[in-house]
Amino acid sequence: MSTVRCVDLCKTYLQGDREIKALDHVSIEIDEGGFVCLSAPSGGGKTTLLNAIGGLDRPDSGEVWLAGERIDTLSKGELADLRLHRIGFVFQAYNLIPVLSARENVEFVMQLQGVPASDRRARSLDILAEVGLEGLENRRPAEMSGGQQQRVAVARAIVSRPALVLADEPTANLDSKSADSLMGLFTSLNRRHNTTFIMATHDERVMAYARRRVHMLDGRIVEDRLQDGR
Amino acid sequence: MDTLTVLFRLAWRNLWRNRRRTIIMLGAICLGVWAMVFLTALTRGMVDDMIEDGISALPGYVQAHHPDYRDDPSVSNLLPQSASAIDETLAGSALRSWAARVRVPAMVSSERETRGVQLIGLVPARERDLIFLDYEAVEGRFLEGPEDGGIVLGRKLAETLETGLGKRVVVMSQTPGNDIADRGFRVVGLFDAELEAYEEAYAFTGRTTLQNLLGIGDRVSEVVVGGDDYRDVDAEFAELAGLMGDGVEVKRWMDLDSYLGAMLDVMDGFLLVWVVVIFLALSFGLVNTLVMAVFERVREIGLMLALGMKPISVLGQILIESMLLLAMGLALGNGLAWLTIHPLESGIDLSIVGEGMEMYGAASTLYPKLTAHDVLLANVVVLALGFLASLSPAWRASRYDPVEAITRVDG
Repeated sequence: MSTVRCVDLCKTYLQGDREIKALDHVSIEIDEGGFVCLSAPSGGGKTTLLNAIGGLDRPDSGEVWLAGERIDTLSKGELADLRLHRIGFVFQAYNLIPVLSARENVEFVMQLQGVPASDRRARSLDILAEVGLEGLENRRPAEMSGGQQQRVAVARAIVSRPALVLADEPTANLDSKSADSLMGLFTSLNRRHNTTFIMATHDERVMAYARRRVHMLDGRIVEDRLQDGR
Repeated sequence: MDTLTVLFRLAWRNLWRNRRRTIIMLGAICLGVWAMVFLTALTRGMVDDMIEDGISALPGYVQAHHPDYRDDPSVSNLLPQSASAIDETLAGSALRSWAARVRVPAMVSSERETRGVQLIGLVPARERDLIFLDYEAVEGRFLEGPEDGGIVLGRKLAETLETGLGKRVVVMSQTPGNDIADRGFRVVGLFDAELEAYEEAYAFTGRTTLQNLLGIGDRVSEVVVGGDDYRDVDAEFAELAGLMGDGVEVKRWMDLDSYLGAMLDVMDGFLLVWVVVIFLALSFGLVNTLVMAVFERVREIGLMLALGMKPISVLGQILIESMLLLAMGLALGNGLAWLTIHPLESGIDLSIVGEGMEMYGAASTLYPKLTAHDVLLANVVVLALGFLASLSPAWRASRYDPVEAITRVDG
């Protein structure tokens, strides 16, 4: 069964007087448990596609389906609920709320979901241990390295066991060792929890981990192939 | 509940992200609130003093008269009931303090001077809570009962008449039959009043003595009722009006002394305007602080919205932040106001401008008065207007598009 299905998506931006086709009739299906990498040069449309799949942005035309539900027609409030309960996000930078500790950042989404405090605490500690941050629970983002911060963001993204995790340039601000470590973590979580991962990147090292690689250019999918991920 | 907890946590911690800015803003709110409360206490003290002096200068809270008495306050317009009937009726009422008096215009003459006064014939025991005099502070003595044949004069009047304790003066007044009634009185007491005008205007003798002088039997000119709160005299008014029946005019103090009544309204309005004006000055700082705080956190707000936080929660977070700031400023400002007003409650000596104060109807000692009502008013105005002033930056923050906000980070 497909977790994500996009049908004939179009999205145009205006840059001054110039129209930029960020998505140009894009259709794609991603199965449950997929580990997909969207690659494109800057401005190629990968972030726009990721945002459309994540309910952060609406396409001008076309359909977006998530686990059998059409989401491009949902209201802002419904989209907020969808993001809160069914999608985990990892962004390139500024992933964490600076005034909250690592544990509180992980608990943040669960608090909005209304998860009871005791359950929340146990789950956040477990997941932080799982991403290798045991002992750093009470540190604030400013007291952690970039790699550690991204791990907290990953922990927050997966702590509620979402069906889908979207990661936009997750390794852009990391050194190669931290990037490898983070991708190893993604792979491991994907395999263990069967969570679908879709990553937008132009980092070749990240692409090497994906089992499916989708390449975009000028808002179109120009290559979509399976590969042996690391 | 969980969402509220996280909103409070975020609001509180965000408040202290920029300590210097928060402390400066807290200082401004604290000073503003202090200024509101302190000046309110000074003004309230002065106005209360003026009104209480005015009320204690014989009007009481509510008065009953013959319907023509206010136009012609002479001995011809006495209340239809006898003093003993009035005393009996009011004794069984719920009224806290009351008195029936004879009050007539009279001439007081010494061997050197003559002056016009309001001559009051009273029952001293009933008047203790109603008039401006402290019986024990009267030089010589105050009247001992309704039959007391002595007269108590103000010190200023005595000086004008060039008379003194133990000397005799002659009092003249009109009878209901338009004859002149006169008799000699021995000066048994001299009183001091906060306002010199009272010392010149009033003279006191026993009620029965004055009734006998005027030949009015057991009749009186007015009934005066006191109470607990001069602002709310409706209960006393209703009670007295019910007891006195038809043919008697019952009036509240603010109707009897429209200047004092108007002053109360004007001062209440002035205090509200003062509080609002100070707040408006404060609100610029508050809104600027919030706008800056929101502007610095665009990416963070975008992140929270992207993660699924509802716009209403973002709005709530900014409003909570503003309310916490205001609440802390209020607490500090109220505390500072209390610390500065409390030592002054025994009175601020303004005798250096005493004459000017007296012309204004105020005493030369100012007693600041911190009332729960005024503190509450200042606090509610600050919180309510603060809430309204914070709505705009909070609303703007809640309207951010998460993609645009995050794009600022990711380029």
